[in-house]
This record gives sequence, structure tokens and C-alpha cells, in this order.
Amino acid sequence: MEALFFILFGAIAVGGAVMVVTRRHPMVSALYLILTLFAVAALFVLRHAHFLAAIQVIIYAGAVVVLFIFVIMLINVPESRLPVERATIVRVAGVIAAGLLILESAVLARRFAMPKAPVSGVGTVEAVGRALFTDYLLAFEVTSVLLLAAVIGAIALSNKKL
Amino acid sequence: MNPALFDLVVAVARIAVMLAFCLTLVVVFTWVERKGAAYIQDRRGPNRAAIFGIRAWGLFHPMADALKFLFKEDFIPDRAHRLFYQIAPMFALAPVIMTIAVIPFGPDVTLFGRRIALQIADLNVGILYIFAVSGMTVYGVVLAGWSSGSKYPLLGGLRSSAQMLSYEVSMGLSLMGIFMVFQSVRLSQIVAAQGGLLFGVLPKWGVFVQPLGFVLFLVAQYAEANRTPFDLPEGESELVAGYHTEYGSFKFSMFMMAEYFHMVVGAAILSTLFFGGWQFPYLGDTGFLFPGGAGFALPPALVFLLRIGSFVGKVVFFAWLYVWVRWTIPRFRYDQVMRLGWKMMLPLSLANLFATGLILLLPGR
Amino acid sequence: MTIGIRKVARPREMTFPESLYLVEIVKGLGVTMGHMLRNIVRQEGIMTMEYPEVRRRMPPRFRGRHRLMRRPDGSPRCVACYCCATACPAKCITIVAGESPDPAVEKYPVRFDIDMLRCVFCGLCVEACPCDAIRMDTGWFTPPDDSREKLIFTIDVLLEK
Repeated sequence: MEALFFILFGAIAVGGAVMVVTRRHPMVSALYLILTLFAVAALFVLRHAHFLAAIQVIIYAGAVVVLFIFVIMLINVPESRLPVERATIVRVAGVIAAGLLILESAVLARRFAMPKAPVSGVGTVEAVGRALFTDYLLAFEVTSVLLLAAVIGAIALSNKKL
Repeated sequence: MNPALFDLVVAVARIAVMLAFCLTLVVVFTWVERKGAAYIQDRRGPNRAAIFGIRAWGLFHPMADALKFLFKEDFIPDRAHRLFYQIAPMFALAPVIMTIAVIPFGPDVTLFGRRIALQIADLNVGILYIFAVSGMTVYGVVLAGWSSGSKYPLLGGLRSSAQMLSYEVSMGLSLMGIFMVFQSVRLSQIVAAQGGLLFGVLPKWGVFVQPLGFVLFLVAQYAEANRTPFDLPEGESELVAGYHTEYGSFKFSMFMMAEYFHMVVGAAILSTLFFGGWQFPYLGDTGFLFPGGAGFALPPALVFLLRIGSFVGKVVFFAWLYVWVRWTIPRFRYDQVMRLGWKMMLPLSLANLFATGLILLLPGR
Repeated sequence: MTIGIRKVARPREMTFPESLYLVEIVKGLGVTMGHMLRNIVRQEGIMTMEYPEVRRRMPPRFRGRHRLMRRPDGSPRCVACYCCATACPAKCITIVAGESPDPAVEKYPVRFDIDMLRCVFCGLCVEACPCDAIRMDTGWFTPPDDSREKLIFTIDVLLEK
């Protein structure tokens, strides 16, 4: 049952991702991106990482892609003026590189044995919170400083009077 | 009875009850909105639709509206993007309906020797699920605005995406205090934790523990539901009808239903988080127990009914509050919306978070 | 000549509770709820007139829909002189004259149609009529209808009132 769902959502995620890169219209790509993000969230749920799944949907599907769409709407290129993309050497090479990467990660995944059954009790809000604020406190705080720097940078870039 | 079959029946029954409750409220509130607006403005409101000559204060108007929506021509404007134009209303309606899954609408009941929680799904991410799913509603508005191929919907869609993103931040932060006080994000546990007493007098409801959080969350909810005073995405004085200008027939009614569903769900979330959900003040499992020590016993069935009634009453009141506020205050200007969101709500919710943490960490607690 | 200067009250600074906005919203909610409760309890405050059942009384000189008058014996007073049709600026009156059976009267209208879709309710037909046969004193305007044909009032309709 679990394997069935994994294959289903994995296929949706990969298929969606392929559509994101191949569609011509940016809005269609953005919508496929949402689909992919949802499928990944479903994969998280299958591994009992509920908190991660919820955050994935809130942050990526709920905020980041909305910003993408916001930009697409603001630029609003008519369909007739969208660029036509061709298969250049660089692109073909990129696809081959991506295939190699997938192959490599598959080999690596076989080397390092992953727990087969999902571990319950690790992905809940309480467990993630405890892990973040005890074992990984330094990484957490450093990340927040990084984000703060990004916020200040954005303000400095957008506000000329400063 | 077969346990698996029993679980299935219970699951379907819970979904059916909650969905029927919310949809009924949605229908009734389209009527309440029009009638309430009329009485507030010294008018009479809808009172003409009749069945066999019975007018019933216009209660049949929602039915007449629905039929009218169904039989109107399903029109697609020439310049609209055909696919997105048609899926946008679904994007608007479906996520709102999904949010009812985690709202507990009553205390646990025992049926055939099994305890049943009156909640469709008790997820451990609880309220985060609501955030995640209701964050999807913005796509309905944005897609509708973009795919209509017309300038007013586009402006409405742009406004709504900016507005919803801005207020989602303070909405999440304003609830952190509640999570800290009740030590959970699971809605069933939050409701259970609100059964106690505060200082031995007040019921330990979220609104008494987190008054500022309540106000902030209320405002953010209104902004998220695109209701007045934050209904700029459809501000008719400047944008005709905003993102649904080009919509007609049943697709328009799906946007309408999404708005009222959002109201009902918002009211349910408000009463669950800040007003004790199904908790009735001073009502324990066996009967009333007032702060002075006085009290009397009640049969369990009556306690159960009182609690369900308490939940229904709170939801109806807060849904009415949406209507009431809409017909009381005018719409904000767009820069005011943004200033309120980023310069008032966000700092205040951060301050609330900080103060709550400080009080919880004070020695002696 | 000096220019008169009038002092206009400027909006004053908001006090602190006003600038919080929430207090004022609650006050406003009180006002609207007051209106609503008052209107539920007593219906007199509601200005709406329930149109087809309740009709507004028109002032006496209101030019409403036309009616044709009758003689004491019941025949129409109109003598088909075409004065009204000539005076009509909208050309909405159609008259077909016939010879009257009454020897004292020369003609009578076989047809007398007023196209209410074209009528501008100017009242010139009433002023033009030498026999006081057409009047606009019904105090009522043309009721709406669902076809153009029904809004061309024939002599029978006009004689009704």
C-alpha cells in the first residue's frame, strides 16, 4: 500500500517537474510546480514527516509560487511573444547531466541504507521543534541571521534614500 | 459490527455532518447577508421568492439564486485563457472546503462501546494544515484575475495576491501565542485545554489568555477572506467587480460560495481557537460548576447537546460578525491595507509573541 | 469690495483611542446594530415601499397614463378630430375614424391606440382635446409588461378607467 502511494506521488512529482521545464507558458509551468510541490508534500506525509509536509505546502506552494505568479502576472507577456526554445547543445548536455545525477543518487541511496519503514514520532511538530531548539540550535540561529541579512539587503536595495 | 466497516461509517458520517452543517450555513448566510444589510440600512431586503405563496421572509431566495445560476449561460470571454478560466473557481472553492477537516465540532462520544472524536481528522499538525490549505485559495483569485484576459480582474488578482501574502504572515504569528499557552497545535487538544478556569473565575478561553492575539487574528482572517474592510480584490467602486468581473453563471456562484464558506470556516476556527470550541462556560462532564462552588448535575445527553449548541452558536455569531462588520465600515485604501499589515499587525504580533514567551518563562509558572 | 472669509473647521487631530481605530469600529457596530434591532422590532423606520401592493400617492397634477372619458350614455366622448394625434410630439396616437350612428355626433374613433413605448407624457394631447375626451389624471404610470404589443394601449384599455 505504502509502496503504491510512493510510486503514485513520486510519478506525479517527477512528471510535474518535467512539465515545469517543458511547458512554453510560464503560468502553466508555475501551476505544474504547485503540483510537484504537493506531490513532494505527500511523500513527506508517507514518511510521517507531517510538520515538514505542512511547512512545504505553506511556504513553497502558498507563498513562493504565489510570488512567481505575481511576477508572471505583472510582466504579462502575450502568448504570441513568448520565446520559442530549441534543443541546443547546452540543453542536451544539461539533460544528460541530470540523468547522470539521478543515476548517481540512486547508487548512493543503495550504499547508505535508508530506514525502510517510516519512523513515527520524529516528524511531528513537537519533535521537530525540540530537535531545532536543542541539537541544532546553532544551525537554526545562524540560518535566522542569514535570513535577517537577506531582509536587510532587500530593504537596502529597494530603498534608495537609505 | 465489523470494526473496519464501523470506522468507515463513522468517517463518512463525520464528513457528511460537518459538510452539511457548513453548506447549510453558507446558504443561510447568503440570505443573512442580504437581509441583515437591508435591515441595517433601513430597507426591507429580499422577500419576494415564494413557494406556494409562502414567502418566509425571503428564505427561499438562496434557492432561487442557485437555480438562476444553474440555468444561466456558461459563458467564456473571447480573450480568456480557456483552461485556467475554468479551473480558477475550483481552485477558489476546493481548498476552503478542505479546511473543515480538522475542526472539532463536539466532544468525544461513546457509541457501541467505542470512543469517537467529533472531528473529521485529528492531524498532529492541526492548525498548520488549515494554513497550508487555505493558502491555496489565493490561486483561485489570482488565476481568475489573470485568465480573464481583462484589466480589472488582473488588477484585482494582483491586489489579492499581495494582500493575502502580507496578512498570512501576521495571521500565523498571531496564533503562536495560542500554541505557546496551550502547548499544542492540535485543535482537539487546544479545545480540551480551554475547558479549565483562569484565575478561578473566567473560562480559560483563548480570548482571555491572548486578547491581542485574538484581535490580530480576527483582522488577519478578514483580510484572508477578502471581506470588507479588506475586499479590495473586488472593490467595485474602482475595479467593477475585481477578479470575478468576467465570470457568470455557476462559475461565479462558486466564487460566491467560496467567500461564504471562507466566512463560516473562519468563524469556526475563531471559535475553536479563541472561544473554547464546543466548551460551554462552567459546564463540566457531569453538570454545571460555577466559580463560587455552586453547581448542579445534568444528564450526559443534555451536556452533549449544550456543547454542540455552544459550538453552533459561536460559529453563527462569528459568521454574523463578518456580515455586521461588512455593513458597518468602509473599505480601506490599498496603501492603508499594506501599512496596516506590515507596520502595525506584524510588529504587534511579534510583540505579542515575545510578551507571551516572557510571561510563560517567568519563575513561578 | 472686501472678500468675506469664512472659517471652515479643519479635521482635528485624532485622539489616541480614535487612532487605535478599534474603539471607533465597535461604536460603529453599535450604531448599525441599533438600526437593525429597531427595524426588526418596529417596521415603521423602514423606508422601502413594497411597490405592487403599496403605491405611492402621486401629486394631483402628476401626468400619468391616459384615460378616455365617456358620455353619460356610455359612448366615448372622443369625436376622432385628430387634434391630439396632431399635437403629439412623439407621434404615438393612432386614430381611425368612423361615422357615428348618433346623428348629433359626426364621427367616433373605431381605433384609438396610444403606443406607451413612444409616449413622452408631455400632456399636449390633453390640452389639444376640444371635448375633454382624453385625460392623464389616473395618477399612475405605465405598468411594465413583457411584450411590445401589450404596451400599445387600445381604446378598450383606455376606456377602462
